[in-house]
Amino acid sequence: MELNAHVPAGSLEKKWDRHRFEMKLVNPANKRKYTIIMVGSGLGGGAAAASLGELGYNVKCFCFQDSPRRAHSIAAQGGINAAKNYQNDGDSIYRLFYDTIKGGDFRAREANVYRLAEISVNIIDQCVAQGVPFAREYGGLLANRSFGGAQVSRTFYARGQTGQQLLLGAYQALERQIAIGTVTMFPRTEMLDLVVIDGRARGIITRNLVTGAIESHIADAVVLGTGGYGNVFYLSTNAKGSNATAIWRAHKRGAAFANPCFTQIHPTCIPVSGEYQSKLTLMSESLRNDGRVWVPLKPGDKRPPYDIAESERDYYLERKYPSFGNLAPRDIASRGAKEVCDEGRGVGESGLGVYLDFADAIRRLGAPVIAERYGNLFEMYQRITDEDPYKVPMRIYPAVHYTMGGLWVDYNLMSTVEGLHVIGEANFSDHGANRLGASALMQGLADGYFVLPNTVGDYLASARPQKVDENHPAFRSAVGDVHSRTERLLGIDGKRTVDSFHRELGKIMWDYCGMARNDAGLRKALELIPALRDEFWRNVNVPGSDRELNQALEKAGRVADFFELGELMCIDALHRTESCGGHFREESQTPDGEALRDDENFAYVAAWEYAGERQSPILNKETLVFENVKLSQRSYK
Amino acid sequence: MNRARRFYKAAIGKKVVMAATGLIGIGFVIGHMAGNLLAFRGSDAINAYAHFLQSTGELLWILRLTLIGAVILHIIAAYQLTMQNRAARPVGYVKRKPQVSTWASRTMRWGGVVLLVFIPLHILHFTTGAWQPAGSFSETDVYTNIVTSFQIWWVTLFYVVAMISLGLHLYHGAWSSVRSLGASQPSPEPLKRTIALGVAIIVWLGFTAVPVAVFAGLIG
Amino acid sequence: MNLRLRVWRQAGPSAQGRMVEYEAPGVSPDMSFLEMLDVVNERLTVSGQDPIAFDHDCREGICGSCSLMINGAAHGPMKGTATCQLHMRSFSDGDVIDIEPWRAKAFPVIRDLIVDRGALDRIIGAGGFISASTGGAQDANTILVPKVAAEAAMDAAACIGCGACVAACPNASASLFTAAKISHLGHLPQGQPERYRRVLSMVNQMELEDFGGCTLYGECQEACPKGISIDTISRMNRDFIKAGVTS
Ligand SMILES: Cc1cc2nc3c(=O)[nH]c(=O)nc-3n(C[C@H](O)[C@H](O)[C@H](O)COP(=O)(O)OP(=O)(O)OC[C@H]3O[C@@H](n4cnc5c(N)ncnc54)[C@H](O)[C@@H]3O)c2cc1C
Ligand code: HEM
Ligand code: HEM
Ligand code: SF4
Ligand code: F3S
Ligand code: FES
Repeated sequence: MELNAHVPAGSLEKKWDRHRFEMKLVNPANKRKYTIIMVGSGLGGGAAAASLGELGYNVKCFCFQDSPRRAHSIAAQGGINAAKNYQNDGDSIYRLFYDTIKGGDFRAREANVYRLAEISVNIIDQCVAQGVPFAREYGGLLANRSFGGAQVSRTFYARGQTGQQLLLGAYQALERQIAIGTVTMFPRTEMLDLVVIDGRARGIITRNLVTGAIESHIADAVVLGTGGYGNVFYLSTNAKGSNATAIWRAHKRGAAFANPCFTQIHPTCIPVSGEYQSKLTLMSESLRNDGRVWVPLKPGDKRPPYDIAESERDYYLERKYPSFGNLAPRDIASRGAKEVCDEGRGVGESGLGVYLDFADAIRRLGAPVIAERYGNLFEMYQRITDEDPYKVPMRIYPAVHYTMGGLWVDYNLMSTVEGLHVIGEANFSDHGANRLGASALMQGLADGYFVLPNTVGDYLASARPQKVDENHPAFRSAVGDVHSRTERLLGIDGKRTVDSFHRELGKIMWDYCGMARNDAGLRKALELIPALRDEFWRNVNVPGSDRELNQALEKAGRVADFFELGELMCIDALHRTESCGGHFREESQTPDGEALRDDENFAYVAAWEYAGERQSPILNKETLVFENVKLSQRSYK
Repeated sequence: MNRARRFYKAAIGKKVVMAATGLIGIGFVIGHMAGNLLAFRGSDAINAYAHFLQSTGELLWILRLTLIGAVILHIIAAYQLTMQNRAARPVGYVKRKPQVSTWASRTMRWGGVVLLVFIPLHILHFTTGAWQPAGSFSETDVYTNIVTSFQIWWVTLFYVVAMISLGLHLYHGAWSSVRSLGASQPSPEPLKRTIALGVAIIVWLGFTAVPVAVFAGLIG
Repeated sequence: MNLRLRVWRQAGPSAQGRMVEYEAPGVSPDMSFLEMLDVVNERLTVSGQDPIAFDHDCREGICGSCSLMINGAAHGPMKGTATCQLHMRSFSDGDVIDIEPWRAKAFPVIRDLIVDRGALDRIIGAGGFISASTGGAQDANTILVPKVAAEAAMDAAACIGCGACVAACPNASASLFTAAKISHLGHLPQGQPERYRRVLSMVNQMELEDFGGCTLYGECQEACPKGISIDTISRMNRDFIKAGVTS
């Protein structure tokens, strides 16, 4: 397949403006004649569905939760970036663009990232107009904080609930359209397949999670905003329901999957406490502003933290990265933790943890100040671990948090399947090999409010899709596929539960395709995964029927897809022998153990094409050209 | 008109009516209680007070009509709300533990019913004289009416019980009515109800004092 | 520790439901309540029984999916904590734990412990928004919001839409949920133009959905995982009265 990014001509600053002028428009009177399917109701999907409804399109919006308000965007804590430069500290659209490109280790597309930075300012305006209660100064102006080691204060926030408040803004706009009737909402409905007719996305097949009914939905354009696939690792900061099914089905129907191995491991999460652990909880990165990260110098030192003298402690981030210290970027901080734990210096029961110590900060600023800054986080930590961070240092460990990879999209956010658009975390677009803190919320809303509503119109106006109906063979066979698949899962009636398989898959992915990857490990994983997958299809036990609410069946379908995606992730990780951002190949590091990029051979997007059951996927490359930024090694020393 | 209907259609509208009429009731009982306490000052004091009331003629009637109206509205709204609230949970819990709601709040309906029985009987007893537990009634000598009645143990008992339910009714009502009307100030502990407690105790003690004092022979 | 569970099982919306007893041996105090149920479900599955269906997603107390009546208390014994954040250390060996779904006419049971909370979405759809279509918003800093107003709005906006207030209310009233949204938007300058329309239409929707009225029992506030205050209810009533006279 040929990958055309359709990046408009002209200077970086003018591209989006010019493109908006060049795009075709749909006659307002005709908008309601077009049906658009929006799968997902998070920041991407919710914002898009509402905006498309406002424009007058006939929108069908889907989510698997019981309400669009529960999309996992709700869990975002830290904040959202925007190049407002309200703090007069030298921020600008260009700086945000540059920071994002550099943060992504130069593996993202310049034009998209610049547009993101450009639009970031409108997002804040839009959200404030909707009544999002951002933090304020006494004068009534918006407050900002610096986040994830950024040199400027460009992060807007609403306590520790920024994602929630932004999502509620979009959700309320969406509910308004639902009440008006422009948007029809399908909650508790899961997309199980994409229908492509004459090379164009024309609809989806869904399962009603309450009745089990399999339904066909026809549309003139299909948009996926189904979030990240971090749950391939079983344990992650994603929600239990977060899945890859929608994008994976689309991939199998022709959408290229870009950079699947680019995953972000977040350094500050609460460590695993036991086998039964079902998910991991993030502790906001902001904690690293005042907390100091350390482990004992001696391996296997099991003494309680306060019996360990200063001289016997290793503040390894401060030691290795004097200038950034505890604020080193996520991938670096995470890898640091892994190293010390591999050396047997990890703390806590499992030995998989490092201390995040506030003793100094409390001594310096006093407990009340710390309480004011992190009170709710400390509470959350104590609720989960039963330890008081004011007295004992927190224990933290990295956890899978975000997936930069996703379906390949062009400048218009259209995938390699005509008429199939992908937004938010589900696409690969803007974050390259590593995402900066507070940039995903920005991207989701930029895509949903401002980019997609324009580009979808352009597609509809130029493509003028013909009518099709549910009896079209493509719909029939897709429905048939879905049925036979569920029947197969229910029919196996084996000995092991879905979760036990998922847990095992996750362990393989974490061990061999996690924070550090190497050739041998990845090859091992590529033997283990297919074997486990075969056992799954022989020995999984899915109780109940498909004509009822059946949570085991839902999980089974998702895990089945995780097996295939996990395999692709390992293939991608194996092929990319360079280190970049979240992807660290042990073979490719600087003498002092830092990630070493190989721009000669890997300055491209790896867009994988599905080649059929058990066929090895076909690699397509989108070469990345950098006309505006100079490629440099990231260094935080 | 249909604005009024729209207003009353909502539970909040009914609650506003409950609160308003309830507050009228509170105003009345406090005044009434004060009047009753004159019994301690001897027959002349309270009889004079009673005569004064009767002498006000139509003014008294205005008061009576307001009260009757208020009680009727209060009862209707109470009934409608009770029905709506019951219907809102057709299937109950196998196990449920009240966490913070007061016993008083949970017995508003029963307390109401007791008052519903009390008030008419009470009026027949002391105002019209149609009910004469003491076998005698005087239009003019309220004092004697009181004394003769409350020397009978079960009359006193009836009043004492009624006053307990009134006290409880007000312990919740005097607090909740203010909130129903949206007249309360934001508070760090919204469930605190010191004033309501005061009102309830005063009304309860003030009313109970007379019958008990009579029964104990302190009056008469 | 070893526990005994009594769980409401109901095959479908119209099916007959009943409490069923299960053993939960070897529970670790560090487990979350839902992880404890996961373990029970794993065992049920391998022994060929239907696992217990319950709503959950984020498992970090923010999405509002989880919704269990635990020993007669919505979201269980720990104040300000959603079911998914409740840990087994709040229980002790040998305890018998009753687990039931939210109960309200407006929340029909779908299966086992899962109910339909769509009514809450429709209340928001009736007016729980500021009509600001995408595009054309002025610069964010041209709207000044006093810090106190922003904080008050945020306090109310913290609602996660779990429905515990309805479940805990003896009247199955959605007053706290509705009032929280009305307060969130009502505290902000952006929310003023639609302030009184909003309260009328949201309260009206609340009636149409068959929720009960508010007797001010205060149970909702106690059950609310986000500590929404019943002060918001007074505020809603005040606005409703104002709306009644003005609009
Ligand atoms: C704990 C946590 C904290 C974070 N903090 C921050 C932060 O501080 N700043 C920041 O910028 N980013 C943060 N992120 C990242 C950011 O929140 C997400 O990347 C972003 O919200 C994703 O939004 P989305 O709309 O793409 O997907 P989601 O919000 O996940 O929405 C996915 C939607 O798709 C639906 N869906 C999924 N699969 C299907 C299917 N098969 N059928 C039907 N519907 C389906 C779901 O129901 C849901 O509605 C955080 C992420 C996590 C997990
Ligand atoms: C121990 C308690 C009480 C005593 C001893 C008492 C006594 C009396 C007496 C003596 C009268 C007749 C006064 C007159 O005719 O001038 C009276 C009238 C009345 N009482 Fe009470 N009362 C008590 C409690 C209450 C309560 C709790 C209520 C209401 C809830 C109430 C409502 C009334 C009313 C409505 C009248 C008629 C007033 C009128 O129309 O003239 N009383 N009471
Ligand atoms: C006549 C019989 C009465 C009945 C049946 C009755 C019933 C009730 C009921 C059921 C409630 C609770 C309503 C709800 O919130 O769901 C209530 C509230 C109240 N009642 Fe009564 N009551 C009666 C008499 C009185 C009297 C005599 C007074 C005052 C002296 C009074 C004062 C109040 C007040 C102040 C409230 C609180 C209203 C609110 O919460 O807004 N009631 N009553
Ligand atoms: S008010 Fe509290 S209890 Fe009610 S839905 Fe919102 S968060 Fe849940
Ligand atoms: S418990 Fe119910 S009665 Fe009112 S104060 Fe809360 S809604
Ligand atoms: S599972 Fe999301 S709040 Fe409990």
